[in-house]
Amino acid sequence: MATQTSSGSGGFSIGDLIRRPETGSLIGFIVVYVFFASLGGAVFLGAPGWSSWLNIAAEVGIIALPVGLLMISGEFDLSVGSVVPASSMTAALLCGHYGLPSIFGIAGGLTVGLAVGFVNGLIVTRTTIPSLIATIGTMFAVMGLTLGMAVLIKGSTSVSYVPDATTKALLGTFINGMFNVSIFWWIGFVAVYFFFLHFSPLGSWVFALGGDKESARNAGIPTNKLTISLFMASGFGAAFVGVAQVMTYQSAQVAGGQSFIFNSIMCVVIGGVLLTGGAGSVIGIVLGTMTFAVVNQGIFFAALDPNIGSIIIGALLLAAVLSNDSFRALAMNYASKKK
Amino acid sequence: MSANTPVIELRNVDKSFGPIDVLHEISLKVRAGEVLCLLGDNGAGKSTLIKTLAGVHAPTRGEILVDGQPITFDGPRDAQDRGIATVHQFGGTYPLMSIGRNFFLGMEPTKGFGPFKVFDRAKANRIAVEEVQKMGITRITDGDRLVGGLSGGERQSLAIARAVYFGARVLILDEPTAALGVKQAAHVLRIVNEAKKRGLAVIFITHQVMHAMTVGDHFAVLIRGAIAADFRKGEKTREEITDLMAGGETMADLEASIEGYMETHEGHPPKVNTAD
Repeated sequence: MATQTSSGSGGFSIGDLIRRPETGSLIGFIVVYVFFASLGGAVFLGAPGWSSWLNIAAEVGIIALPVGLLMISGEFDLSVGSVVPASSMTAALLCGHYGLPSIFGIAGGLTVGLAVGFVNGLIVTRTTIPSLIATIGTMFAVMGLTLGMAVLIKGSTSVSYVPDATTKALLGTFINGMFNVSIFWWIGFVAVYFFFLHFSPLGSWVFALGGDKESARNAGIPTNKLTISLFMASGFGAAFVGVAQVMTYQSAQVAGGQSFIFNSIMCVVIGGVLLTGGAGSVIGIVLGTMTFAVVNQGIFFAALDPNIGSIIIGALLLAAVLSNDSFRALAMNYASKKK
Repeated sequence: MSANTPVIELRNVDKSFGPIDVLHEISLKVRAGEVLCLLGDNGAGKSTLIKTLAGVHAPTRGEILVDGQPITFDGPRDAQDRGIATVHQFGGTYPLMSIGRNFFLGMEPTKGFGPFKVFDRAKANRIAVEEVQKMGITRITDGDRLVGGLSGGERQSLAIARAVYFGARVLILDEPTAALGVKQAAHVLRIVNEAKKRGLAVIFITHQVMHAMTVGDHFAVLIRGAIAADFRKGEKTREEITDLMAGGETMADLEASIEGYMETHEGHPPKVNTAD
């Protein structure tokens, strides 16, 4: 049969498109966008609409990317929910309370994220505690530490800091008064993760880790190092968002990162990442994040009851898992049917 | 190094995990172009033995010799670099990964330079398809296909082809035919023969006597972490081997006698005459 399309020869076919794991996510995004566009009208289609959902998407997206990679490798990270406030509190204390230049606050906040990720990675690789439980543990520990430190040092659960103009411009400004600069950071992160997962030779290792850890180890992949690095990446992503929040809103709160836990996981799952690991894509995660953000903000433009938004997100999540399974089965059978 | 030097040899290898002794004084040798069949029931210590051979575990006592030289593996990667490849029951392949990526996992070909090295997908796919076809699987033509779409036998073949391509000299096959149908198993056995013809030393772990008799030159039966019988092709009938493995009278007798012997001999298993 002349179906020899090997050796990466380009070309486009419907079959190839359907086999892409992102197809389900793309359809989901289009359906949701059209739905809210028809209800939200011109405002939602214009800059105000785009900026409002892109701002949300960027914040969740910066965290969802590494969380998604972790899920592809077969691990969960729930600690991001407390790393966001912990890092923003660290940055605000270092700069706002102790008056250090903002670069120290940024570095300090990001270090907190990397450190929590490192601890998560150590617990997961050195013990048999599942990552779901391990990171719930570190989430509460970090939450308590953040509160304790803030009260101890500042005597308050919120610390304010007014960043200098450059820092503000880089991390916390609204372009045109609407588009948060973090959208560009998100795009940057997407590019980096896309390259890492799909083009760099290390990408296969992440999939292998989630597919079969034992075999990956036998194939000579440094599985522990890789797991720890991925946890550090997710800590870094959460810390980045935390630091950017201080620069944007000029204050840090002890609480307020919890929504990121479920939101990031939902973006990833809607984006087609397999919960048990081994499959997923960066494009899918990005599409999942955009879908989530459109629903999250579209509700206000469509003047619907906000509770309906939650119902839609919940239904989307279930539909996503179902459709992901179907698309995956399709991709697997495709080869064997074509005898 | 003479042609007769075993490619890999174990001498009196013990392995303990804390207070639990798993392997007792295992001695084995495999030469190039020879298939050693390792037979044993579940819990006999087969997987520990495989992991010791593959560099995952270091022996507690005793030594491993490669080409007659005593060596210590620093880990699975080190064993691989010395040409010892292990293929596990399900092929160690990842159903949701492409054939090309599976084939080159851990040894990805790259193009470009510096931090911008990218996985050379075209090259990986081309080589993977070529090598698998050389092993007689002509149905695989597209390296982008997911491994999940392959049959069990094809996955095994992919894994074996991979090991051969990366210069394996010792091929450890962990129950490659256990989960397969008759036709698929025959396919894998053909590939074992193909590997043997290419001069590889093969260690073939299995339950199925028929499969072992088809390809084996040399047999060792493992019971409770010790070698209970060691013989060459033609020295025992199929019935005798089945009896040994499948828990007939002989098996029970052997177990009892080994345990009795070890109790009276400070934990040493009885000496078995090694067939050469």
